[in-house]
Amino acid sequence: MTAGPREAADAPLLQVRGLEVHYPIRSGLLKRTVGAVQAVDGVDLDVARGSTYGLVGESGCGKSTLGRAVLRLTEPTGGSIRIAGEDVRAMGPEALRRARRQMQMVFQDPLASLDPRQSVESALVEPLRVHGVEGGPSAWRTRVRGLLDRVGLPAGAGAKYPHEFSGGQRQRVGIARALVLDPDLLVADEPVSALDVSVQAQVLVLLQELQADLGLTYLVIAHDLAVVKHMSTTVGVMYLGGIVEEGPSAQLYARPLHPYTRALLSAAPVPDPDVEATRERILLRGDLPSPADPPSGCRFRTRCPWVQPTRCADERPQLRIVAGHASTQRVACHWAEEIEAGTITRADAA
Amino acid sequence: MSALDALGAPTAPSAEPTGEAGLGPWGAAWRRLRRNPSGIVGAVIVALFVLVAVLAPVLAPYRPATGEWFGQVTPTSVPGPSAEHVLGLDSFGSDLLTQLLYGARSSLVIGVVSTAVGLAVGAVLGILAGGLGGWVDTVIMRVVDVLLSIPSLLLAVSVAALLGRNAVSIMLAISAAQVPIFARLLRASLLAQRGQDYVVALRSLGLRQRRIVVGHMLPNSLGPVLVQATLVLATAVIEVAALSFLGLGAADPAVAEWGRMLVTAQDRLEQAPQLAVYPGLAIAVTALGFTLLGEALREALDPRSDR
Amino acid sequence: MTATPQTVPPTGARPLLEVEDLRVRFSRRGQPPTTAVDGVSFSVDAGEVVGLVGESGCGKSVTSLAVMGLLPSRGTQVTGSVRFDGTELLTLSPGQLAARRGTDLAMVFQDPMTSLNPVLTLGRQLTEVLRAHTDLDRAARRAEALDLLGRVGIPDPRRRLGEYPHQLSGGMRQRVLIAIALACSPRLIIADEPTTALDVTIQAQVLDLLTTLVRESGTAMVLITHDLGVVAGTCDRVNVLYAGRVVESASRHDLFARPRHRYTSGLLAAVPRVDAPEGTPLQPVRGTVRDRLEWDAGCAFLPRCGRGDGACRTGGIPLAPTDADRDRHPDHEARCVHPAGATT
Repeated sequence: MTAGPREAADAPLLQVRGLEVHYPIRSGLLKRTVGAVQAVDGVDLDVARGSTYGLVGESGCGKSTLGRAVLRLTEPTGGSIRIAGEDVRAMGPEALRRARRQMQMVFQDPLASLDPRQSVESALVEPLRVHGVEGGPSAWRTRVRGLLDRVGLPAGAGAKYPHEFSGGQRQRVGIARALVLDPDLLVADEPVSALDVSVQAQVLVLLQELQADLGLTYLVIAHDLAVVKHMSTTVGVMYLGGIVEEGPSAQLYARPLHPYTRALLSAAPVPDPDVEATRERILLRGDLPSPADPPSGCRFRTRCPWVQPTRCADERPQLRIVAGHASTQRVACHWAEEIEAGTITRADAA
Repeated sequence: MSALDALGAPTAPSAEPTGEAGLGPWGAAWRRLRRNPSGIVGAVIVALFVLVAVLAPVLAPYRPATGEWFGQVTPTSVPGPSAEHVLGLDSFGSDLLTQLLYGARSSLVIGVVSTAVGLAVGAVLGILAGGLGGWVDTVIMRVVDVLLSIPSLLLAVSVAALLGRNAVSIMLAISAAQVPIFARLLRASLLAQRGQDYVVALRSLGLRQRRIVVGHMLPNSLGPVLVQATLVLATAVIEVAALSFLGLGAADPAVAEWGRMLVTAQDRLEQAPQLAVYPGLAIAVTALGFTLLGEALREALDPRSDR
Repeated sequence: MTATPQTVPPTGARPLLEVEDLRVRFSRRGQPPTTAVDGVSFSVDAGEVVGLVGESGCGKSVTSLAVMGLLPSRGTQVTGSVRFDGTELLTLSPGQLAARRGTDLAMVFQDPMTSLNPVLTLGRQLTEVLRAHTDLDRAARRAEALDLLGRVGIPDPRRRLGEYPHQLSGGMRQRVLIAIALACSPRLIIADEPTTALDVTIQAQVLDLLTTLVRESGTAMVLITHDLGVVAGTCDRVNVLYAGRVVESASRHDLFARPRHRYTSGLLAAVPRVDAPEGTPLQPVRGTVRDRLEWDAGCAFLPRCGRGDGACRTGGIPLAPTDADRDRHPDHEARCVHPAGATT
C-alpha cells in the first residue's frame, strides 16, 4: 500500500469515520433479526503518524471490537477506515491480504495467539514466505533472528516453542511477530494486562523504544488507565460503543471533563496512601446497560452522577470542544461546562 | 481464576517452561507418555498384538484351520495341551495356538482398515461441516446424529447383513459406526480453533484461509484424532469378534478369527473351557491395551496436564 | 469516601492471627517437589487490615488457603504454625476446622463467576452458611439474608434471594460473596484478589464496600492482591511477598514513603501511575520471577536486583528493621542486605 500523491506528509496514518460494528440478534424459527448488539456505534478517530492513540474503557465498551474492526479482523457494518489514505473497507480479499503487511496486531494473551506446535522461528518466517518478501529462506531467518534479538529475547529463542517461555518473553515473541512484515500501524490489544506487574514495564518500555526506532504508529487498547497514560499521545475514553472524551494525554488526565472519565480516574488505584486517602471518589451507580439496548440520548445517563432532567435522555451528545479548553480536547456531554464550574452538583456528593 | 487454580503452578508465573528445551508439543507429549505406567502397559500390549499379527506365519507352529488332527477330537473331549500342541486342539482339529495367533491377524487387519476408512470419511465430513458451515454443516451433522443414535454394534450388524459375508463388508460395517465419531471430532476441533486468537493472528498476518486450515488447524487437531483412533481401534477389535460371533463374519471357515472361535467353543464349554477362555482373553486384553494407550495418549497430549 | 484507619489495639494484646514460618510444599508424581510458601511469617491484630502483596508465584494465595485449611491433603505438606486467637489451626481435625470456618474465619475468593454454585439460588447459598453455624430458624435466616444483601448494597434484595448467580453482574456477585463471608460475623476475613476480575469502577465500589463493612464490624481482614494501588487505599499494614517469603513488612505509610527492599522499590518505580507527571519514565525490573536464587543460598531477588553483591549470597537473611529504621520505625522490617535509602 503506497501513499498516493495527494497524501500530505502530516495526514493521519489512520482515519476512522463513523465506524459501526453491529451484531444482529436473530430469534425465532425463521431467524429474523430482532435487534442488534451495538458493539461499536459511530466512532471517529485520527491517529497521526508516529504517535500513539490510547483507547481506554471498561469491559463491554467495545474497544477490543474497534481494534479488530480497524484491521478488518472483525467486519465493520458501517463507516470508513482509511490507512495511509487508502480505504480499507473497499478492498477486496486479495488486496486486503496484501495490505495486511502494513497493519498488524499485538494480542493480549501471547499463549493463545501463537500456534503451539510451531517453533518461534517458524512462526515468524511463515508470514515472510507467504508474502513473498524478497531474500529467500536464509535471509528471512537472519532477519527473524535479528528481530528476536531486538525485542530482547536470548539467542536460540527461535528454536523454542511458545510454552517454553515466560509470559513476558512470550509477549515479546508476539511483538516480534507483529513487526516481522515491517508494518506502519500496530494495534496493541491489552498488550500487558496478562503479564506480571514487574514485567509489564519491560514490555511497555520495549514498545516505546521500538516506536522511536522504527517510526511506528500505535493504537493501544487497554482498560488500565495508567498504562494508557504512559503510552499515549492522545487518549480516547470509550463507553458503550462510543468515544465520550478525547484529548491529549496530559490534559485529559489532569482535567477530565466527561463524568465517566472523572469516575474512571477517581477509581483508578494509585500506589500512594496520601493520594488514596485524600482523593475524591466518584462512585457510579448501577451496572453497565446492555449494548443491545442502550439508553436513549446519552448512553451514560443511567449511571451518571450529574444527570439532568433535560437533554440527557433526548439528545445523544456529540464530541465537542469546551470553552476554556484546548481545541484538541473534546467531550460528548451536554453539561460539561456546568459540571466543571460546579454549578451542577453530584447526586451522590458525599 | 479461582484461588485453587493457583495451585496448578505453585512457584511459576504465567505458565512455566518445564525444562523441555526445544521440544515441540509432540516431544513434550512423548516424554509425558513415557512416564505414564498404564500407558506403558497399554503400549506394550499393543506392540505385542501387532507383532503377533504381523509375524503369525513365522510364530505359529502349524498352518491355520487345517483340521488335520480332527481324528483326535471326540464328541466328548477335545485334546488339551501336549508336546506337539502347546495349547491343545480346537473342536475342528486345528492347532489352538495357531488359530489364536492367526486370529490376531484378522483382528488387526480388519480393525485397522475399518478405523482408517472411518477416520478418512469422518474427517472429510467433519472438515466440510466445520469449514463451510451453513446448510452444509446442518445437513452433515443431522446425518451424523442419525448414525450416532444407532448403537454401533447394531449398525455394524445391519450393514454387514446387507452387504454379505465377506471381509470387506465387515470393514465397511465397522467403519460406518466410526464415521460420525470422527466427523464430530474434526468439526468441533475446527470450530474451537476458529475462535482462538492464534487463528485471528494468522489472518492478520495475511495468511489465506486454506493455508490456515491445512497448515495450522488440522495439525493441531491431530492429537485428539490420534487419541480417538486408538480408542476406536479397541472397539473395532471387539466388534470384529462380535460380528463373527453373530455369524456375520467371513464365510470361509479356514479363516481363523477370535469371534468365531468363541462361537464354536460354546458347544464344548464344559469339556474344554479353554476353547473359549483363550480367544476371550485375547480379545479382552487387546482391547484393554488399546484403551490404556489411548487414555495415556490423551493425557500426554493435553497441554494443561502438568504431570 | 475512604475509611479512616482504626486505632490499633494496645501492644500487649495478642494478635488475632499469627502465622509463623509457614511452609507449603507440593509433590507431584514424577517431578521434584515445589515449595510454594517458603517460610512466611506475619500477624494480624483484631480489627486490622493487613495486605499481602506480590505477583504470581509469590505464594500469597497458597498462604491464604493454608490458613483456611483449604489445601488438598494429598501431595501437600504444610509445616509451621498458624495460630488463631491462640489456637493452633494446623493441628485441628477437618471437623474442627470446618466449625471455625464461617464463624471465626471467612474467605472471599477472586473469581465471582466460579465461586458461586450456579445451580443454587442466592438465597439458598446465603442461608446455607447460617444454617451450618447458627440456630436461627428458617424465617430468621431469611430475614438475616435479606439484611445482609441490603448491607452489601444489592438493590431489591427480596427478588434477588430467588435468583441465580448467572442473573447478576460480576460486581453484584462479588457483593453476594462478601455477604456470604460476613453472614456469621467472622472475626477475620481473608479476601483473595477480591476485585481483580472486576472493572475499575466496579472495583472501587466493591473495595469501598468491603473496607466499610470491615471497619464497621471490627472484623480483621487479610487482603491479598498484586495491585499496590489497592493496598495503598485499604490496608493498615502491608507485607510484600517474593518467592514464597515475606521480604518487607511495614505500615502502609512507611512502605510507600520509604520502601526498603529492592523488590518493593523496584516495583514502585515500575508501575505506571495515573497521577504521574508527564514524561515520567518507567523503570522496569529486569528479568522474570524465574530468575531466582533459593532462599537458602541467598536473596531470591538477587538475579534481578541492581544493587546486589556477594553479601547477598548468604542464606537466612533475616526480616528485620534496617539501620535507618531501627530507632524511629522499628516495626518496618525488610529482608535486605542493601536496603534502599540506607544511610550506610
